Amino acid sequence: MSTLSIKENWLGNIKGDVLSGIVVALALIPEAIAFSIIAGVDPMVGLYASFCISVVIAFMGGRPGMISGATGAMALVMITLVAQHGIEYLLATTILTGILQVLFGVFKLARFMRFIPRSVMVGFVNALGILIFTSQLQHFENEPWVIYALVGVTLAIIYLFPLVTKTIPSTLVAIVVVSAIAIWMNIGVRTVGDMGELTQTLPMFALPDMPLNFETLMIILPYALALTIVGLLESLLTASIVDDMTDTESDKNKESRGQGVANIVTGFFGGMAGCAMIGQSVINVKSGGNGRLSSLVAGVVLMFMIIVLGGVVVQIPMAALAGVMIMVSIGTFDWSSVRNIHRVPRSDAAVMIVTVLTVVFTHNLAYGVLAGVVLSMIFFAVKISKVNVLTLYANEGKKRIYYVQGQLFFASVTDFLSSIDFKDHVEEVVIDLNDSHLWDDSAIGALDSIESKFEQNGIEVKFIGLNGESSRLLARLGGVSKGAGH
Amino acid sequence: MFKNILLATDGSDHSRRAIDQTLKMVSPHKDEVHIDLIYVVDGETSKQDVLNYGDSHTATKKRKEKFLDIIQYVESEGVSSEFIMLHGDPSEEMIEYANQEDYDCVVIGSRGRNKWQTLILGSVSHKLVKYVQAPVIVVK
Repeated sequence: MSTLSIKENWLGNIKGDVLSGIVVALALIPEAIAFSIIAGVDPMVGLYASFCISVVIAFMGGRPGMISGATGAMALVMITLVAQHGIEYLLATTILTGILQVLFGVFKLARFMRFIPRSVMVGFVNALGILIFTSQLQHFENEPWVIYALVGVTLAIIYLFPLVTKTIPSTLVAIVVVSAIAIWMNIGVRTVGDMGELTQTLPMFALPDMPLNFETLMIILPYALALTIVGLLESLLTASIVDDMTDTESDKNKESRGQGVANIVTGFFGGMAGCAMIGQSVINVKSGGNGRLSSLVAGVVLMFMIIVLGGVVVQIPMAALAGVMIMVSIGTFDWSSVRNIHRVPRSDAAVMIVTVLTVVFTHNLAYGVLAGVVLSMIFFAVKISKVNVLTLYANEGKKRIYYVQGQLFFASVTDFLSSIDFKDHVEEVVIDLNDSHLWDDSAIGALDSIESKFEQNGIEVKFIGLNGESSRLLARLGGVSKGAGH
Repeated sequence: MFKNILLATDGSDHSRRAIDQTLKMVSPHKDEVHIDLIYVVDGETSKQDVLNYGDSHTATKKRKEKFLDIIQYVESEGVSSEFIMLHGDPSEEMIEYANQEDYDCVVIGSRGRNKWQTLILGSVSHKLVKYVQAPVIVVK
């Protein structure tokens, strides 16, 4: 693996980057509109976001060839904020999210993403797939059969058109064909135009129109934190996937900063918070894009298309977009995790399922990640808290030796203490800690209580075989005054 | 006789069959034969592996471990062997690699992991037969 120079990043693959950038722009338009509708804002908010983010990321990102824009994961987090407080609060939240992401990158926290277990990541993408799917069900409520037919046609084209050619994105073909059917046959179905206004202008700089006070901050901060986590999680996951697809390295902290700057800019230009997109990035690399130019071209072509073709875009039936979103949800879901669920450890499967369920019930991906991480920690603590105590008598039964194997910490001390017999008729007890490690206050407390309980019965206790770190901890915290040496 | 052989594999049972047939073919003069096993990581595999193993480095390590068994199996049959891993579109990468190196022949199993994928993506073996300059053996 290698890192490319600035020139190679921009001009190393001009033809591939320009062509793939155009393909991605075409695929981005329906998604940006659909994600805006999920979030409950005008389609322009998502389109401006995808434009601003992909252009800024082209310059500031750490992973060339990766595509960022308005995403479903982020849109899902903002639904309640938009519903309760409106678009201006969303813009402010977007800016705050950006600031938090920049800080994350500046303090080089990307490596902490490793602490998020893989089963949580799998649960994250599965929950995302499910939520994108369920968010489309509203388009079917109380609708005539023709909606179902149009969605069916959309999906059929999306999955079958690649048999004919793979150069044109099949989602675009599906949207064009289904829009044409709806317009020509004059079917009165709901269109993008019914969901909000589509202005054919470039985004303008503006400050969010809202009171700047502590109360506002308290409203937007929780959303900004959730967006920060979700955005970085998906971005860094996508970056790793692009790393693997192109067999090159990328700077994850630079990517975090880049995502932050992109969101700050987006917020000031009327766009919603976004992040990297797994599906679009895979499309980009597969279509031959691997440089920064591809992201720039994607953003610029997207905006150009909206300005030129805005009048046509409003006529796209919602059924066609719902079809595209169903495809996105199927593609997002990690099907292998379901196929192999009987093969992974049960605790991993449980973490994955709990992550998914938490998200499905709270509609917030950040809560799912949190629940998943906490549950994995508990499982880990349970696994590691198994302490094995072997015991034998010496000196004709006057001395008893306990041999402790395992980690001593808050979760394991109860087990440890219960395996020691305090009412024994011996004169001396030796606790051999050669294969053990003291981790915290509770461990030291356990040793203290062993010593005092035996002393009550007039039995002398010796601790032997403490490793360096454990004896330092003991020296710092312990009330054990003697016998702490080797 | 074919001495320098490129064998396309995806770790599936079908590609195992291709390996066994190749070993059978070269067994009379196996001391002179070298087999390069080539595996191409495509986009979907990248996505799944990174999701399952955490990052690209770990995924790469796991893949190498998986194919190490196959390499050891081939070597245990007395044929020298090496593993080559590329990234991208399987047929394109394999064709480019096969044509830039000097192989006596290229061997591939006729069917990969998934029938549906073959239908959507077109058959890799078909493309190899068409575009690789060296003789191509498709193992049924």
